[in-house]
Amino acid sequence: MPIDIYLNVAVSGLLTGLVYGLMALGLSVIFGVVRVVNFAHGEMMTIAMYLAVLAFSVLGLDPLVMMVPIAAVLFVFGYALQAGLIGPFINKPEHMQFILLVAVAVILVNVQLIVFGPDARGVQTAYSYDSFAVGKLIIDATKVYAALAALTVSAALFVFFRFTEVGKAIRACADNYTGALVVGLDVRRLYALTFGIGAACVGAAGAMMVVIIDVTPSLGPAYTLLAFVIVITGGLGSMPGALLGGVLIGMTEAMAGLLFSPSAKTMFAFAILVLVLLFRPQGIMGKRAA
Amino acid sequence: MTKSLTLTRRTLLAGAAATTSLIAAPSILRAQSGPLKVGVLLPRSGAQAGIGQDCQRGVDIAGPILKGLGYPDLQIINADTETSVDVARSRAERLISEGAQLLVGAFDSGQSTAIAQVAEQKGVPFVINIAAAPPITEQGYKFVFRNFPTAPMILGDAFANQKELFETAGLAPKSAVLLHVNDTFGTSMQQGVAGVLPKFNLSYKIVEQIAYDGTARDLSVEISKAKATNAEVLLLVSRLNDAILLTREMVKQRWSPMAVMSMGPGWYEDQYLKTLGKLGDGPISFVPWYDPNKKVSKLMVEALAKHSPEVNPNTNHVYTFEALMIAADAFKRAGSTDPKALADAIRTTNITDNVSIGSGIQFDAKGQNDKLKNAAIQNRGGKLVTVAPKVASDAKADLPMTAYDKR
Repeated sequence: MPIDIYLNVAVSGLLTGLVYGLMALGLSVIFGVVRVVNFAHGEMMTIAMYLAVLAFSVLGLDPLVMMVPIAAVLFVFGYALQAGLIGPFINKPEHMQFILLVAVAVILVNVQLIVFGPDARGVQTAYSYDSFAVGKLIIDATKVYAALAALTVSAALFVFFRFTEVGKAIRACADNYTGALVVGLDVRRLYALTFGIGAACVGAAGAMMVVIIDVTPSLGPAYTLLAFVIVITGGLGSMPGALLGGVLIGMTEAMAGLLFSPSAKTMFAFAILVLVLLFRPQGIMGKRAA
Repeated sequence: MTKSLTLTRRTLLAGAAATTSLIAAPSILRAQSGPLKVGVLLPRSGAQAGIGQDCQRGVDIAGPILKGLGYPDLQIINADTETSVDVARSRAERLISEGAQLLVGAFDSGQSTAIAQVAEQKGVPFVINIAAAPPITEQGYKFVFRNFPTAPMILGDAFANQKELFETAGLAPKSAVLLHVNDTFGTSMQQGVAGVLPKFNLSYKIVEQIAYDGTARDLSVEISKAKATNAEVLLLVSRLNDAILLTREMVKQRWSPMAVMSMGPGWYEDQYLKTLGKLGDGPISFVPWYDPNKKVSKLMVEALAKHSPEVNPNTNHVYTFEALMIAADAFKRAGSTDPKALADAIRTTNITDNVSIGSGIQFDAKGQNDKLKNAAIQNRGGKLVTVAPKVASDAKADLPMTAYDKR
């Protein structure tokens, strides 16, 4: 097989992996601070995808332009979900949190089925079928735009957590819950803010994802599972780990499809997960539990 | 105050009688008079939801047409298989426990196989609308009937029609690549190709076979791999969502084969045509189709135009409608809702006033209608034209296909 085919597939896997990474980043942010595993993560992404489809079909607005407004809507949704529903369960046993979020996921899938029906919906932008030719490389334009947006959002998130007062306060909550309470931080509000930020990440990822694939309500659970595979591989709670995990899974799926059988590519992604769990249970960039 | 429990012979007999009547209740219920209760199992959600909803249109238009043709009323009970074999099995069991006296469905070979096992076990007739995997009617089942061609029947007609199309266009492609879904239907078709293709002496050789997951989110690798073979013809066995994804990838990866030829669903569906617009033109599908010259076909096309003006008639409507026609015909002749009487009546079906291409609906000893014929249809300007066989065609094939970047 010519070498350019390997390069094409590798580049495609890398770009898809970056968008996967942004989607999983939200899950990692939420778990890293609030210590709640969001089982409705993929379903929240499909909400964002449907919002992008609606904005495009009703108002003619490009999903990449709508990325920030959709992220804002998901931020409000995430904030309200944490403040109104998940907050009271923070100190309850973990299985109660799991069941609560699984219930939220089931409700979201069924509401989407009722509102939008089971058919796949997508957007046809002016660049939907564009590709860039670089020598023998043919690169999917939609994936390039989505990957660039993923890198931008990730960088903004890094700056927020590293250099802003609120970001530092959130990190303080994650590092030492009791300490944060002692110094007078409003932990409940910061938790809601964090959940909102995680939801905004997945909202931005959804707006980008809809230019690559069509959305159906059944996509949510599949993406929740994918997000788990990515963050566990990269390291649960680690933001760079989520991006790295996304790239690793995206590249693994692509290269396994080319070198072995395309129908087995998901199996290879899970094989990576099993290897990580066996040899580095905390994930590639995760911290070992004390 | 307590009361001691004593078990007398009379109590025991009464209990045994009550238990027997409870156990026998489902069959008594099933044999009741009144409209025949038909459980229709379709993938109304999940990956095949679009096609399941399309099949439902065949159900929606059937009642008035069948009534006009003098068939008795049917009471339809809908069920969603959620595109899952396990759900299909449990929904079939539930439908029977709720009183369904005959089952119809389920578009997909894997789901239909599971329902067939339940129907046979419970002794309830099952009329398959669409499912091509040969083993379903090779098990010696007494309650399972299929009015849809098997994979080898579809392939045989497909290769015969391909030969006619290439010869008419003066083309002799040398190589083909086969991309197929890895589900029961896709695998049956892929296995059938090796046995059927050599009989037709076509000019091309299949240089690579690529199996893929029909529910995959991204099919770029599959197209990269197929493109790398430099094949002139792309042969496909797909579903709907994956057909759309594959087309998008061909456009993005700037690959336009001489011919895109599908031997299954997906490529002629309305959702495919609407989603892709002019990029949806060109693919040729080799499918079981309707005979536009038959009287009932005209009724079906008219009814569908009223029900869903934006939808082209297709395989999903034809075979779902005919499955209900078979049920109504058997009910009429059996004069009973008794499952065994219904199964016996279906076995002796002889409907010549039907919709699909071929001499009509009759079943062989295995419960298979082996009289069905397939056509070649091509997408053109958002519509479907029949391009082969010549005797049933209404247009000449656009071959080689116009390249995607020249549209």
